[in-house]
Amino acid sequence: MIAGWSRFNVVSVVLGFAFLYLPIVLLVVFSFNESRLVTVWGGFSTKWYVSLFSNQGLMDAAWVTARVAVISATVATVLGTMAALVLTRHTRFRGRILFSGMVFAPLVMPEVITGLSLLLLFVAVGLDRGFLTVTLAHVTFSMCFVAVVVQSRLVTFDRSLEEAAMDLGAPPVTTFFQITLPVIAPAIVSGWLLAFTLSLDDLVIASFTSGPGATTLPMKIYSQVRLGVTPEINAVSTLMIGLVAGGVIAASIVNKRRAVQRARDEQAAERG
Amino acid sequence: MNSLGSIRRVFAPWNDPAAKPYIVFERVTKTFGGFTAVNDLSLVIYEREFFALLGASGCGKTTLLRMLAGFEEPTSGRILLDGQDMRGIPPYRRPANMMFQSYALFPHMTVEQNIAFGLRQEGLPKPEIEARVADMLKLVKLGQFARRKPHQLSGGQRQRVALARSVAKRPKVLLLDEPLGALDRKLREETQFELMDLQQELGLTFVIVTHDQEEAMTMADRIAVMDKGKVMQVATPAEIYEAPASRFIADFVGSVNMFEGTVERSDEDGASIAGNDGFSIRTSNTGGAARGSSVAFAIRPEKIRVSSKPPEQTAFNAVAGEIYDIAYLGDMTVYHVKLPSGQVVKASALNAARITNDPLTWQDRAWISFDPDAGIVLTS
Amino acid sequence: MAGPRLDLVRSGCRHRTDELEIGDGQRHDRCDARRRRRGPAKPGVTSLYRVDQPPRHRRSVLLEQLGEFGLDNYLWLTEDPLYLNAYVSSVVIAAISTLLALLVGYPIAYGMARAPAALRPILLMLVILPFWTSFLIRVYAWIGILKPEGLLNQLLLGLGLIDVPLVILNTHSAIFIGIVYSYLPFMVLPLYSSLEKMDHSLIEAAQDLGCRPAGAFWKITFPLSLPGVIAGSMLVFIPAVGEFVIPDLLGGSQTLMIGKTLWNEFFANRDWPVSSAVAVILLLLLIVPIMFFQSAQARAREEGR
Repeated sequence: MIAGWSRFNVVSVVLGFAFLYLPIVLLVVFSFNESRLVTVWGGFSTKWYVSLFSNQGLMDAAWVTARVAVISATVATVLGTMAALVLTRHTRFRGRILFSGMVFAPLVMPEVITGLSLLLLFVAVGLDRGFLTVTLAHVTFSMCFVAVVVQSRLVTFDRSLEEAAMDLGAPPVTTFFQITLPVIAPAIVSGWLLAFTLSLDDLVIASFTSGPGATTLPMKIYSQVRLGVTPEINAVSTLMIGLVAGGVIAASIVNKRRAVQRARDEQAAERG
Repeated sequence: MNSLGSIRRVFAPWNDPAAKPYIVFERVTKTFGGFTAVNDLSLVIYEREFFALLGASGCGKTTLLRMLAGFEEPTSGRILLDGQDMRGIPPYRRPANMMFQSYALFPHMTVEQNIAFGLRQEGLPKPEIEARVADMLKLVKLGQFARRKPHQLSGGQRQRVALARSVAKRPKVLLLDEPLGALDRKLREETQFELMDLQQELGLTFVIVTHDQEEAMTMADRIAVMDKGKVMQVATPAEIYEAPASRFIADFVGSVNMFEGTVERSDEDGASIAGNDGFSIRTSNTGGAARGSSVAFAIRPEKIRVSSKPPEQTAFNAVAGEIYDIAYLGDMTVYHVKLPSGQVVKASALNAARITNDPLTWQDRAWISFDPDAGIVLTS
Repeated sequence: MAGPRLDLVRSGCRHRTDELEIGDGQRHDRCDARRRRRGPAKPGVTSLYRVDQPPRHRRSVLLEQLGEFGLDNYLWLTEDPLYLNAYVSSVVIAAISTLLALLVGYPIAYGMARAPAALRPILLMLVILPFWTSFLIRVYAWIGILKPEGLLNQLLLGLGLIDVPLVILNTHSAIFIGIVYSYLPFMVLPLYSSLEKMDHSLIEAAQDLGCRPAGAFWKITFPLSLPGVIAGSMLVFIPAVGEFVIPDLLGGSQTLMIGKTLWNEFFANRDWPVSSAVAVILLLLLIVPIMFFQSAQARAREEGR
C-alpha cells in the first residue's frame, strides 16, 4: 500500500512506539538510580550493577541459563531445519498435516500446557529433573520457531540451484552442504538467535522442567520480583535487554551493510 | 490527409471548427519532486471519441489519465470536463470512471457486488441497482458468474467485470489504463473489438492509455503519441502511420526505413532528394522541406518492392543490394536487404500466393524499388 | 512467597504430598476442604500418571498403571466452581485484552503500512525488537509504573490530574495493560503484513466509483485486512487465555485465571493429576481457536498464490 502519510498515521505510530518502548526505557533508567526506591530518582549510580555481580545466586543462575540457551538453541536449530526441509520438500506423505500441525502447535500453545506435559513426559520416561530436562524442554519448543523461520526462507528457495549442482555431478549430500545450506544460512542463523533468546527468556517451561541445581536466570528473577521491585533486578534486566538488543541491532546493521554493498556491486556491474 | 481520415468512420469532430471540446487539458504540468511527468501539455478530446494515449512507459500517459480521474492534481494548468473545471474535485465526485490496469476488483466481493459498488455509493434504490447490474452482466456476457468471487474467474472474465463495474455508473468519460495488458494475444484481439462495439453501443467517451501501438491503432479514433511528458502528435491512426510528424513518430509507430539526404528540388509536384546512400529519391510528398535542407525520407517496409530483376527504371527510387536476412512470418516475408552503403533496408512482401515465382534466398543480389507517393519527407 | 515455592520445585516430586506445605492461604483452605471430602488420596486411583514410585521403576510402573485411567480428576473439576470460574474469567479477560490490543494495534499497523517505503523496514524492526527482549522483564517493568506510588501516579499527581493515587496494580486493568503491551507485536505484525500488501488501486477504485475515503476504509481496507485481524487476534487470544506471568505479577491474588490456577495446583498444592486435568481441559478449550487460526492461515496462503 502506498499513498500519503497523514498526521493521524504519524501520531498513531509515534504513540504506539512510545507505548512499546517507554516501560523499557524507564526500567533501564531506574537501574542507574542511587536510591533503593525504584520510583524516586536519587541520583546516578552504578552500585546496583556492582552488587549484582557479587550476588552468587544470580551469577550461578546466569551461567546455567547461558549454557542451556547455547546448547538448546544449537540442537533446536538442527532439528528445526530438518523439520522445515521435510515440510517444504516433501509436500505429500502420510501424516504430513498431522506433522505440520505438531510442529506449529507449540507456537501458540500456552506455556503452562507445554511445560506441564513435558514434565510428565520426563517423569514417565524416568529422567531426573535438572539441567538435561530444561535443555530438552527448550529444544522442543524452540525448534518450532526455528522451523518456521527456516521454512519461510525455503519456500522462496530456487530449486534449480540444487538441480544445477546435481546436474554438474554433485551427489545429494554434497549438494545440500555446498549449495542449500550456504544459501539458507542467514535464516538458520536467525533461527538460532531466536531459539537462543527464547531459551534465555523462558520462565514457565523452565519452572516446570527444571530440578535442583538448574535454576535459570528468569526463575531467579521471578522469585525476587515476587518479593517486590528492586534496582538490582532493574540492573539484571538492563543487562539482558542490552545483550539482546545489541545483538539484534548489530545483526541488522550487518545485514543492511551487506545489502548496500550488494546494491553497489550490482550497480557497478551494470555500468560494466 | 482528409482522404486518409475517411478510411474509418465519418465521425471526425476534430475537423469541425464548430464542435465543442469535451475534455480540455490546458497547459497542464505535473511534477513529482524533481521529476516532471507531464510538461506544459495541452490537449482536446471530443464527446463520444475513442481517444488513445500512446507512449513508452514513463512518458506521462498514466499520470495524465490519473489527473483526469482525480488521483493527482496538476501542479499547474487546468483540466476541464464538459466545461467544468476539475480542480479540487475529489475522485469520488467526478463523472469519470476508471478501469484499472490491475482491474482492482474487490477480492472480498462477488462479481455482482463489485458491479453494484458504484451504484450503491450513489444511493440508488435497490431494484434499480439490481436491474442495472443485470444489464451490465448481460452486456459483458457474465450472467452465470454473478455470484463468483474474482479469484474464481479467468483473466478475460476479470477484465470484463472491471469493465462492467466502471461503466455501470454511466460516467461521462471512461478511463482505461492498459485495459488489455494482462490478456494473452488472442484474447486481446477479440477484446479490442468488443471494447469498440461497447463504446459505440453506450455512446461514451473513452480515453485509453496503452503502450501497444497495434491496440491504439485498432481501437482509437485519434491517438496522442507522448514522449517525456509532451504530446508529439495527435492524429487518426492512419495519419500517424502514413504521415508521421517527425522521425520519432515514424520510428515509434510501426516499422520504418529512413534514408537521410539533402533536398535538391522542391515544388508543388514533389521533391528530389540526393540520398546519402548513393541513390536519388523522387517523392510526391515534400513535407514542406526547402531546397538544400537535410531531411529524412521515411518509407514503410510494405511499400518497398523486392525483386531479383531490376525494375523498369533504375535512375531513382531504386537500388540494388544483397539479401542479408529473411524472416518468414506466414502471411508475409520480411527481407533485410543490405545496401552498398551498409544500411540495411527492411522490405516486406505479402505472401499472396502459396508458392512465389521469384524465390529469393540469402546472399542473393536483389533490387529494391518504390513509388513516388510511397514515402514521406520528415524535416524534424 | 516465591522462594519456598521454587524450593519445592527443586526438591522434586518424587512422592505425592498428602500433607500440604506452604502456599497462598486462600487456595489452601480450598484444597484442604477438597482433601477432606475425598479422603486420603489413594495412590494410583486418582492419578493420571503415578509418580509416587522410586524413580528407577517409573517406566514399568507407568505401563502397568495404564489400565487405571479414571475420570475422577475431571469430575473433581466440575464439582468445584473455582475451576469453571477460572476458565470463564480467563476467556473473558483474554477476549477483552484481545479487543483492546486490536484497537491499539490497528492504527499502529495502518500508520506503518502507509509510511514512506524507506521507513517501513525500520518501523518493522522496532515492532519486532521488544519481542526479543525478555517477556518477564517487560511485565516486571509495568509494576514500577502501575503501583500506587509508581511512575504513572506520580506523573498524574504531579500534573494535578488526580488527587488520590489510582489503584491499577493488582486489578484487571493491570492485566489488560500487561497483555496488550506484551502481545502487541503479535497483533501488529499480521495486521501490518495484510495492510502493507494491499493493492492501493483498490482504494482508488472505490473512490473512483464514488466512495468517500472513510467509506473506502470500512468497505475495502478493513474487510481485506480481516485475515490479519483474525491472525493477530488469535495470536493474542490463545496464549493470553493460558497466561500465567501477567496475572501473577500484575493481577495480584484476587485475579482468577486458569494458568495461575494450574500453576498453583502444581507448585503449591502439588496435585499433578488435577493440574494435568486442568491442562487437558484448557487444551480442549483452545483447540477450536487454534484450528480456526490454522485454517485461516492456510486460506490466506491459498489466496496469496
